[in-house]
Amino acid sequence: MYVLDTIAHRLKRGCETMAYPDGPAPALPDRHGGALRVDADKCVEDCNACVPICPTQAIFRPEGKSVALDLGRCIFCAACVEVCPSKAITQTGDYRMAARRREDLIMGEPEKEQVRLAVALDEKLRKLFGRSLRLRQVSAGGCAACEADTNVLGTIGWDLGRFGIQFVASPRHADGLLVTGAVSKNMVIALQKAYAAVATPKVVIAVGACAIAGGPFIGNSQILNGADPIVPVDLYIPGCPPHPLTILDGLLRLLGRLEEHRSNGKH
Amino acid sequence: MITYGPFALLPNATSIPWAQIPAWPVAQLVQATAAELSRGARLCAWFAAPEDARACIIAVLAYDADNTLAVGRSEPFAGPYPSLTITHPQAHMFEREVWEQYGLIPAGHPWLKPVRRMNGNAPANGEFFRVTGPEVHEVAVGPVHAGVIEPGHFRFQCAGEEVLHLEIALGYQHRGVEEALIGGPYRGTMSQMETVSGDTTIAHATAYATVMEALGGSEAPLRAQWLRAVALELERLANHTGDIGALAGDVAFLPTAAACGKIRGDFLNLTALICGNRFGRGLVRPGGCLHNLETPRAEQLLKRLKDALTDTAQAVGWFWEAASVRSRFENVGTVFPAQAAEIGLVGLAARACGLVRDVRYDHPAGWHRFAQVPVAVWPSGDIFARARVRSLEIQRSGQYLCEQLLAPADGERFSELTPLAPDTLAVSLVEGWRGEVCHVALTDGVGHFRRYKIVDPSFHNWTGVALALRGTAISDFPICNKSFNLSYCGFDL
Repeated sequence: MYVLDTIAHRLKRGCETMAYPDGPAPALPDRHGGALRVDADKCVEDCNACVPICPTQAIFRPEGKSVALDLGRCIFCAACVEVCPSKAITQTGDYRMAARRREDLIMGEPEKEQVRLAVALDEKLRKLFGRSLRLRQVSAGGCAACEADTNVLGTIGWDLGRFGIQFVASPRHADGLLVTGAVSKNMVIALQKAYAAVATPKVVIAVGACAIAGGPFIGNSQILNGADPIVPVDLYIPGCPPHPLTILDGLLRLLGRLEEHRSNGKH
Repeated sequence: MITYGPFALLPNATSIPWAQIPAWPVAQLVQATAAELSRGARLCAWFAAPEDARACIIAVLAYDADNTLAVGRSEPFAGPYPSLTITHPQAHMFEREVWEQYGLIPAGHPWLKPVRRMNGNAPANGEFFRVTGPEVHEVAVGPVHAGVIEPGHFRFQCAGEEVLHLEIALGYQHRGVEEALIGGPYRGTMSQMETVSGDTTIAHATAYATVMEALGGSEAPLRAQWLRAVALELERLANHTGDIGALAGDVAFLPTAAACGKIRGDFLNLTALICGNRFGRGLVRPGGCLHNLETPRAEQLLKRLKDALTDTAQAVGWFWEAASVRSRFENVGTVFPAQAAEIGLVGLAARACGLVRDVRYDHPAGWHRFAQVPVAVWPSGDIFARARVRSLEIQRSGQYLCEQLLAPADGERFSELTPLAPDTLAVSLVEGWRGEVCHVALTDGVGHFRRYKIVDPSFHNWTGVALALRGTAISDFPICNKSFNLSYCGFDL
């Protein structure tokens, strides 16, 4: 193949980068279901059907209290949605579910039926990172799925580079860490060292149920049930793995970039 | 029940009562296993199970040409036994693992050290093989790598640019998967099986589901088996296409890298069309499948599949036409066929050394008993061969899917699972996109897991990466590693 053929092939394919966030977001697969919503007031009295069926202990119903679902632990198997007799737990189809605080992922009580979506970094950090965020990815007991769907953001369809977000080869070059995996004991030192090597101020993003709370391996003796015990997390992105759109939404939300794009879209 | 020497014979995806596997003194088991391996059998698994405060060794062998598996076990013992590795290096990692987990010492093992154990909180501490001399230098890479990739440690002994020896130290991803299975299955077990190695969700989930079905003496309905076979090939297509793109990226051939990165996503989205999850989570369950692929959905899948296959053929074509790409792949990172057989490579890495090894063909179970994919082989053992086998398998899996989607099995997609038989051993092999995924379950007196062994193809194949690097420039390490693209978590468990 000659150089001109190469150029011709590329031209033929055209621009394959999606319009989002200026345009509409690509649709989630119809069987994905999106984020969950929990209306605890719809719970049938003394019903406990969803609690034992959850594979990752994401649902609690302490005696005398209403049900609560921790989306950080959720792996989106939807077993609870199916078993619920009163439709207290439902799928919203919403791809947005990243949160800044761990407690914002716990749903159930009135006013807290859904995830409280992440707010942007403060003014000072936004000034620093808003147009240029360099991240060092650390997989610490990840299964390679969160890693893969993070990697996907670098492909031409998503083109993360257009937002000034880039994955770099060294924590020394980074503004923060993106952590995946349940944090195996064997990765604790490496994670600590990688975090220490990033210059302050820095951010930590936990991607996937494992990095948030241990995921399917919650409670195993060889893991720490997520990144929180080792590094302070600034953004939690739920999923097993999160859809690339969910990850991108989380990153843009953290940087306060969504408003700007929404207004651009109107022009 | 058929026995052969100290082994009980059984086909893939079946079970056998524990009592029907004859127990032999361990020296005899080692000797018999060595004899069979010398005759061309392959070691699928070699592991220990606790018994009477001691432990017994269990060997699972495959006779590929005879479509048969063999299981043997030793009497319970403690302490040393004669190492199998001395004569058959394909056992070396298994024996290290058995020693680490149960303290059974393979006497004479040439490089006995832990496989994944914590050692002061970081597995790479400890002795590495060292080459000494005035020109020799050592390079340490990892555990955290430059890309968005799992952690592992690589220790190179180099003379200038040339790698003399590479030792790979893994274990960083150890999540305690096998420990967590003892006494199971538990409510979280299925999702753990789906994430043993996240890009191989369908293969591991199918192996687990098949083991569960075999232990109960049942089989999933045909429609579920058809659906699993479809999902397995979609998984292969996504990963192979992604790997071709990544290999192109590593030799700075951007047209294919860019196109394949995107097309890989198209294949993942086809899996998501079936079950909502791009990696196939929530599809395979013991007893069948949780989602159906109704005709309109299958038609949509087929249409989108054909588009993606056309795009792939084009993008992969650019890559093979470029002399600059071919010259970077040829004679780099070579594993010779004799070495491959000796270390027991499996899957596409073995087929790229000219070995005809494919569970779908050699040990057909499930839907593969009725419809098979031709085995793709290339003889040269280098990066070129591993890329070539991927590109051939993309064509063949694509063709297979186009045929199978038009010929679905009718009927139910799920049937109730019968309870697991007590004191029974079940084996299931599935050809994942990297190679042979092996699950072996042994139940206790009440039908709970007494021992559950998982062998990801990476467990066999990491040794291949180490050999491929010998005599290669260290600057070619990334592309050599990419050409295998092995799982760290699947190895570390």
